[in-house]
Amino acid sequence: MEVTKTKTCVIIGASHAGVNCAFNLRKEGWGGAIKMYDADPYLPYHRPPLSKAYLTSDDGLDKNLLKSAEAYEKEEIDLNLGVKVNSINRENQTIVLEDDTVTKYDKLVIATGARPIIPPIPGIDTAKHVFPLRTATDVTNIKETFQSLTSKNIVVIGGGYIGLETAASLKKLGADVTILEREARILQRVTAPLMSDYFNQLHDENGVSVLTGKNVNAIQVEDNSNIVSCSDGSEFKADMIIVGVGIFVNKELAEASGIVVKNGILVNAQTQTNDENIYAIGDCSFHHNPHFDRYVRLESVQNAVDQSKVAAASICGNTPTYDTIPWFWSDQYDVKLQMVGLSEGYNEVIKREEADGKSFSVWYFKDDELLAVDAVNNAKAYVFGTKFIKDSLQVDKVKLSNSDTPMKLGELKLV
Amino acid sequence: MAKITFVTSDGERTTVEAESGTVMALAVENNIKGIDGDCGGVCSCATCHVFVEPEDIETTGRASDIEEDMLELDDNANEYSRLSCQLEIDDSLDGIVLQVAK
Repeated sequence: MEVTKTKTCVIIGASHAGVNCAFNLRKEGWGGAIKMYDADPYLPYHRPPLSKAYLTSDDGLDKNLLKSAEAYEKEEIDLNLGVKVNSINRENQTIVLEDDTVTKYDKLVIATGARPIIPPIPGIDTAKHVFPLRTATDVTNIKETFQSLTSKNIVVIGGGYIGLETAASLKKLGADVTILEREARILQRVTAPLMSDYFNQLHDENGVSVLTGKNVNAIQVEDNSNIVSCSDGSEFKADMIIVGVGIFVNKELAEASGIVVKNGILVNAQTQTNDENIYAIGDCSFHHNPHFDRYVRLESVQNAVDQSKVAAASICGNTPTYDTIPWFWSDQYDVKLQMVGLSEGYNEVIKREEADGKSFSVWYFKDDELLAVDAVNNAKAYVFGTKFIKDSLQVDKVKLSNSDTPMKLGELKLV
Repeated sequence: MAKITFVTSDGERTTVEAESGTVMALAVENNIKGIDGDCGGVCSCATCHVFVEPEDIETTGRASDIEEDMLELDDNANEYSRLSCQLEIDDSLDGIVLQVAK
């Protein structure tokens, strides 16, 4: 694209959203410079495996890269790693790095993601071997510490996906794992009670202790280990503590420069912020989902990748609109969970169990509208759920709940 | 060592070599257009869809149940479709040609 040849697109954040955006810019014909910055020193990698296969395998990060080093060179993407961006100056259209270097941009993409919340529990700052799990460095620290421990009692604070996946992986490595969840059930924010029950039981069967209603209120160091105390008086020995209680959006750079921030960085259907030259994509963006007709902030690979395409096309002068059905996945033990849609606001849940006895799916409805499907070892249900939601087709609920009805569009569609 | 040839939808042919790993990882490593591997190779996204040449299908084997289910998301899928994250590289794959689906 001739007109973009002398222009520079700067991308802050080199994970799924930022990296894909850079490559998509080339696909869309961006002829100018592309400069990426990330504080993480490693060549950008896939994050989802960190708590799953990567934690339990001996493979290095090189088996887990988003793109090879050569690919960045080939596409002339200037990747600056281990570099923190200090500020955005919208008036001059520049960013300032931590060493005060100033870089000019014509278009700026904010793909800064999020960082783990470390809850202000008394004693957590001085506790031994406390780790979140978000980056490759976190996993390296967890692995190295784990190997050095003679006693391997691990407490996972938080029964969300990160906590559960990490618990499953550490169990596989031979740890004694206890999950402490503050709410009445694990995955409370994201799934129906019967899914929480299923995963609770799955972890029980695999020898991980899942305890709910556990509000951690103090951590004390004892020798080279910790005692984790809960408000109900219970105490747990922890040689290592994994914190998985959620994330803070990395919105500060945007906020300080006067970009509108709500539950994330507010963007329109082109992923553009209130500054026409600045875009925000991935976990940090607060955007409208047309299908569900509401504003959401999504922590997912799907959202990162799809928004990166929209931002790249938009920067190159096209007017795509972001209109996708969110999807997610989680792997724990040998169970594969695939999720599609957004279940928030459901008022009916239908569970469909397949004849094989190990796969099932949970279908979330608001009256007659299918909102979401959680599929356990059941890619077919995930795929058909996706089709039903995407095309706003009505499901025959009676047929759905009968596993004798084949999982086919024609069979399950209400006519 | 296996030599694997990718043909993208715009006709670009690339032949690359590998000893192990998945075909998807090999394609991403070599920046083959149309193979994204968004989920990192756990058969969750169907963004690494390839068509195996009919004469090679015995060598690669056909799509597994989970691949077949995931491929239902793609209207262009056919009996020679595979998700390349599920294709493990070994010497037997030497010389195969894969058409990238998108």
